[in-house]
Amino acid sequence: MIPELGHFSLVLALALALIQATVPLIGSFIQRVPWMRQARALAWGQLLFSLIAMGCLLQAFLTDDFSVVYVATNSNSLLPEIYKVSALWGAHEGSLLLWATLLAAWGAAVATFSRNLPLPVVARVLSVMGMVGIGFLLFMLLTSNPFERIFPMPREGRDLNPLLQDPGLALHPPMLYMGYVGFSVAFAFAIAALIGGKLDAAWARWSRPWTTVAWIFLTLGIVLGSWWAYYELGWGGWWFWDPVENASFMPWLAGTALVHSLAVTEKRGAFKSWTVLLALFAFSLSLLGTFLVRSGVLTSVHAFATDPARGTFILVFLCVVIGGSLALYAWRAPAVSGGGRFELLSRESVLLANNLLLSLFTALVLFGTLAPLIYEAMGWGKISVGFPWFNTMFVATMPFLAFLLGVGPLTRWKQDEGERLVKLLWPAFLGASIAAVFGGIFTPLESEHWFLIPLGLGLAVWILIAHMLAIWDRLKHKSGLGALFRDFAGGGRSFYGMVIAHLGVAVFIVGVTLVSHFGIERDVRMSPGDVQEESGYQFHFLGVENHRGPNYMAARGHFQVTRDGELVAELWPEKRSYFTSAKPMTEAAIDWGFLRDLYVSLGEPVGDGDWAVRLYYKPFVRWIWLGGLLMALGGLITLTDRRYRVLAKSAGKRTT
Amino acid sequence: MKTSLRFLLPLGLFIGLAALLFYGLKLDPRKVPSPLVGKPVPQFVLPTLEDPDRTVSDADLRGKVSLVNVWASWCVSCRAEHAQLMRLSRTLKEVQIFGLNWKDRAEDALRMLRLSGNPYVVNAYDPENQVGIDWGVYGAPETFLVDQRGIICYKQIGPIGPDTWEQELAPWIDLKTRTCREPN
Repeated sequence: MIPELGHFSLVLALALALIQATVPLIGSFIQRVPWMRQARALAWGQLLFSLIAMGCLLQAFLTDDFSVVYVATNSNSLLPEIYKVSALWGAHEGSLLLWATLLAAWGAAVATFSRNLPLPVVARVLSVMGMVGIGFLLFMLLTSNPFERIFPMPREGRDLNPLLQDPGLALHPPMLYMGYVGFSVAFAFAIAALIGGKLDAAWARWSRPWTTVAWIFLTLGIVLGSWWAYYELGWGGWWFWDPVENASFMPWLAGTALVHSLAVTEKRGAFKSWTVLLALFAFSLSLLGTFLVRSGVLTSVHAFATDPARGTFILVFLCVVIGGSLALYAWRAPAVSGGGRFELLSRESVLLANNLLLSLFTALVLFGTLAPLIYEAMGWGKISVGFPWFNTMFVATMPFLAFLLGVGPLTRWKQDEGERLVKLLWPAFLGASIAAVFGGIFTPLESEHWFLIPLGLGLAVWILIAHMLAIWDRLKHKSGLGALFRDFAGGGRSFYGMVIAHLGVAVFIVGVTLVSHFGIERDVRMSPGDVQEESGYQFHFLGVENHRGPNYMAARGHFQVTRDGELVAELWPEKRSYFTSAKPMTEAAIDWGFLRDLYVSLGEPVGDGDWAVRLYYKPFVRWIWLGGLLMALGGLITLTDRRYRVLAKSAGKRTT
Repeated sequence: MKTSLRFLLPLGLFIGLAALLFYGLKLDPRKVPSPLVGKPVPQFVLPTLEDPDRTVSDADLRGKVSLVNVWASWCVSCRAEHAQLMRLSRTLKEVQIFGLNWKDRAEDALRMLRLSGNPYVVNAYDPENQVGIDWGVYGAPETFLVDQRGIICYKQIGPIGPDTWEQELAPWIDLKTRTCREPN
């Protein structure tokens, strides 16, 4: 009964979405205020019914209702409760439901925090979000109903994929989807602006915080995914250029470009049509990512379980949304483009270069991801796009971006002088050179990428010092730390948010550079009692014992790591066999540290009580995710900037 | 005119992309010809899965008809075809089944072989997709039919079913001369 209630809620949500997509929009053209006013209530209604559907599915999971196909295939009576919750979005149908619910949540958020926007804008924005909602709800109801029943009812569920039984991955999809779906708000604002024919600084100011919030979520989602891949897959790698990863990375790149481009449009009124295009792209790439992951066109050319009807539906949906919005763009953008003029050397130019580099890299990733398909379609011969290709492209484009990152914050809007910049930036250049030389000393000459360590360290220091100089330049006429705090507490949040996000990039570069070139991975055979020496650490293997978990059996190894006779860590890597799956899972044991990770994963017993063991030494690997977290934190700080608080306050006044 | 064309460009690019994706959706992944068919196998040297100190190379494919099976323990379809590979390894004495263990962890791969049997004469271990790239592998499972000269006769994408050898693969090889042939 309850699953049917969930199903029915989805139908109701669809009905509301249909009204939301049409009535307020038409109202905005014929200037009927009551029609436009419906938008807010409808958005809340959609959220309500999506939440009811989510609740019904959750209830089915918690009560082990295996008569629901989705529950039977993704849960098990022995599955720990917490994973029964996360199994909600552990597979296709449920993740779509999560997507639709989050979309409704963003819609409700727009409805709530848009009191100071003109009513026609709100009506159009919510209508566009309603259209997107129709697509996803229809998709779910027509091809991927999470509430489908099965008869006869299985006595036991097939269990959640063991890979997903992990706190990192339980949180990863909601974060990522919050980001994906969040770009729908920027998209809706862009479409509304195109429809209304009014692209101005006000438009940029409205969509900017929404875009930033979506970008923060996407950043956190990607960081979580990368962290999960690192410790759960047991390879010690943190990024694989897998099509699924690229699917989340492309919207992030476009979103990053959008965040910067919006800044220009808001402050200087320039780049209008470009900003709109980026807003369309960021969401289009989110949809494309969904298509690539869900349709089976790429990731699982060979996964025969994928349903061609699903792929066709998403692709048609994709064509309607992206094709329609780009057609609208081609039609309306010429009328609204133009804007503030700027000189060749100005912050606008630097940000334009930033946008071009990010877009170029997005295009390269898109090409690399689709290359196998393009090659097959054209009959061009063998596919050689893979990990090394992406890395080469990354190294070929991103250092320029990192260089610009140091220049941008110090450059003035509209027009600047090269001489002034050189005078300001020389300490950064000096520091970067010293860091590069320092990095060069430690680089083995025979190393294939000998230039990457000096380059990476140099750029990181370049960014660091340039931003210190930017703070100094800003506070030139004041002095002391007090001024810094007062500035931060006062009007400077968006500046300091930017600084922190950019420092996150520097931290990220340090992590990537050092772990890629000084990380050590060793596969060894060890008997209980053996000691292995690695980078000054002694790994003592004490033995393996059996251990029973809630829904698995495990062989649990015991390692002690010492350095100079002192105990550093006790590690307990596991080899788990889940009761419902033939596939053994490796749970690596990691002693994490700010400057290095020690990582042990248990391989196979190789006879005589010996085990194959994998030992890793990963210097600075945490900095990769720390950098991502700093970027997200920076975004969060910009949101607390005074102009948004002032807006919120004035909005509060108006409503009371 | 010029400016309006500029604004049409994104739409045009997207139409191209959409056409490509529709094509991709229509594509029967089993029917995609490999550009490597009719050419010698790419050169490679890899450690064996069974013993990291031993290596195998393309030279090990000469002199015999081989099925080079790209597989991984994480790949569900590979598990599905495993029983067929076991059957072929028992019944098809003229053909050696050569494994390319791809993007996998050795311990997982070995465990799977221990649990469900080992149809392979030997496995090349390619966790980083170094050799897979040269072979144009995009997903597992894929199976290459290679003749005694080391020429690729046919590429099977997707799992091997009960009739795959007789219907899809056997027509491409002359087992007497142990060389590729065009099916009649």
